[in-house]
Amino acid sequence: MRILTGNDLKTGLVIWWTGQDWSLHVEDAVDVGGDAESILAQEDAACRVNGGYSLEAEREAGGGIRPLHIKDRVRALGPTVRPDLTLKPADPNAGSWVI
Amino acid sequence: MLDVLRLRDDEPTDEPAVSMEAFLDQSNASSVRIEAGDDVRQLLPALERVRLVEIDFPKLRDGRGFSSARILREAGYKGEIKATGDVLVDLIFFMQRCGFDSFAPDKPFDPEDANNALTRWPHVYQHAADDRVPIWKLRHGDKG
Amino acid sequence: MYRYDQYDPAMVDTRVEEFRDQARRRIEGKLTDDQFKPLRLKNGLYLQLHAYMLRVAIPYGTLDSRQTRKLADIARKYDRGYGHFTTRQNIQYNWIKLEEAADLLGELATVEMHAIQTSGESIRNVSADQYAGAAADEIMDARPWAEMLRQMTNFIPEFSYLPRKFKIAVISSDTDRAALRWHDGAVKIVRNDTGEIGFEVYAGGGMGRTPFISFRIREFLPTGQIFSYLQAILRVWNRHARRDNIHKQRMKILVHELGEEEFRRQVEEEFQHFLTLGHDFPQEEYDRIAAYFAPPPFETGLAEDIDRSDPAFALWFDRQTAAHKAPGYAIVNISLKPIGEIPGDISAEQMDLVADLAERYSFDDLRATHAQNLVLPHVRKADLYAVWKALDDAGLAAANLDLITDIIACPGLDYCSLANARSIPVAQKISERFAGREAEIGELKLKISGCINACGHHHAGNIGILGVDKKGTENYQLLLGGSGAEDASQAKITGPGFDEDGIVNAVEKATEVYLARRQDGERFLDTYRRIGMEPFKEALYA
Repeated sequence: MRILTGNDLKTGLVIWWTGQDWSLHVEDAVDVGGDAESILAQEDAACRVNGGYSLEAEREAGGGIRPLHIKDRVRALGPTVRPDLTLKPADPNAGSWVI
Repeated sequence: MLDVLRLRDDEPTDEPAVSMEAFLDQSNASSVRIEAGDDVRQLLPALERVRLVEIDFPKLRDGRGFSSARILREAGYKGEIKATGDVLVDLIFFMQRCGFDSFAPDKPFDPEDANNALTRWPHVYQHAADDRVPIWKLRHGDKG
Repeated sequence: MYRYDQYDPAMVDTRVEEFRDQARRRIEGKLTDDQFKPLRLKNGLYLQLHAYMLRVAIPYGTLDSRQTRKLADIARKYDRGYGHFTTRQNIQYNWIKLEEAADLLGELATVEMHAIQTSGESIRNVSADQYAGAAADEIMDARPWAEMLRQMTNFIPEFSYLPRKFKIAVISSDTDRAALRWHDGAVKIVRNDTGEIGFEVYAGGGMGRTPFISFRIREFLPTGQIFSYLQAILRVWNRHARRDNIHKQRMKILVHELGEEEFRRQVEEEFQHFLTLGHDFPQEEYDRIAAYFAPPPFETGLAEDIDRSDPAFALWFDRQTAAHKAPGYAIVNISLKPIGEIPGDISAEQMDLVADLAERYSFDDLRATHAQNLVLPHVRKADLYAVWKALDDAGLAAANLDLITDIIACPGLDYCSLANARSIPVAQKISERFAGREAEIGELKLKISGCINACGHHHAGNIGILGVDKKGTENYQLLLGGSGAEDASQAKITGPGFDEDGIVNAVEKATEVYLARRQDGERFLDTYRRIGMEPFKEALYA
């Protein structure tokens, strides 16, 4: 699936396109198919996303979404060396999900 | 919105600018266009007949024009130096310090932004092509 | 240290308001990201993997306690309770919001700090020897010159939109503690035969994807002409560098393409022209600045002996302290590389502690080093035990200066959008593998970069590690034989790369070769230089 990500313009936080707006959680991302360019252009012009781009991801068995490239997985979770600062501080498997 | 911002009192020339190569070839031309990669020192022998130098900024990050303008002023050129191309209003203070006195940006300036940019800085740390007095001179009693 | 008079705050405050206006215009959509990016980079604000990252300038690595406490406050208020010291003596915050950045800069301005030109294609923070003013081997304190260079290059109109970044370092001793030869421009303060002070000027060094060691462009430059000479170097580069390929625009590339002779010739010609303008800063301005760097009121008649009865303290004393020019004093190195921790990171609480120690024990003077550690430059020997105890309680008393666990590592793929691989976990694993073996191995400067941009200075590592992307997975190349000291050399790749566990094992194999082959007190670097790459290659790829 093709999903969209970027950083929130004001806060800089990593965001994922849900189909209507932007979420902090990659699980909320939707497959944008061929509409990536137009959505990004619209959202950039509306100052809701900065540095947006599209990327490949796969659906996981448990319903999650896993970006195919490790850099995007780091963006989805947070720094692997500071679990306390990630989106899943209590999850002991979060780090290995990235790798 | 400002398509052209001119900081000179005299009348602008209406002669269109020619390339530097053409200018050096034609002894009657007085307006010349400098591309970012041109060596502006080639103009120095012909400087007295120049009334307008347009210096192009192909990309806002390409800072070669700053050096070109300053070299002209260091050589004693008193005519107009105009910045053209991808000129962002936030850069015009540095441009003015390097000797630019007019601007014809691809994207027009907001006049309030332009005024802010030119009047914002109360001091400067170093000499450039303008006549602002650097801070070190103010510190040691020379008010310029 | 330097104190702002009425002019410096006017400049910093104006810069804050300029940035506030630019950030507002960006948030309102009046500036595109392409337009805003060079402007925010001029204030050290990057867009990174997780948020905006702000790089705060620490001019020539010097801080006082008030500034250090403010850095701690900022970590708590605007970030997530910690900061990261960099390989250029600056500090970085990783979780900054654009909408708060101007307020943050405003708070920094209240303690004479800023983020001016810490990023982008600008003249960057001027770095200096972290022992300046304390070292027994320096000719004079390098920092007044670094401060002059800061003022010469802040908001310099002709040279604010350069082909690439330009990094400057200043040292004043034969021992190079600031990696002089790896900078675009650098000066070494020297004395000529008649006793006159001047500069040995170096140009054209740099890391990145095409590393180069700088060459000596000028053997002796009168100090009063440095502004003209620097502008000559910058103008030659600004005019003639390529502008079509961002990877070929650093000054080292131009020096390499023209050749040193021709580059020097052009600079000297431009320099003669600049001299005619009469723009150099006068001696009075240097004297004014130098007065702020007068030695602190060192006591005399102090005790010199150290009570070594506590073995942990004795070990720390042997490794972490260096000789001070004033009798009865020592230079203290604070390791930000505790075993298994993140190199260079420091919590807000630790910053407060270090501020207290600086204020109480070091004439309110603290330094950051390009090895991502800290220094208390002026500590009475009689106070060393108390300082060590306080550091130990705070987890800051690792005794590993310049040893294998004193690792330099960039933030890597955990934080940086440019990275190909994570560097911090590799540093942590190596640190844990070699903990306790530091004395056995001796001096070994290990440096890790997560990508080819080389912010971890792997080209200058006795052992360097470079993270690469191998078909979507992290892979690591091993390099050997680099140096950032006065014997500067570029590390060489050993061969095919390794995965994360493999690179840790490879480092261990390299140390085994060294231990088996070393002679007469050779460091790792010395043995490598004597025996060459072959024995290491054989062991690594057998």
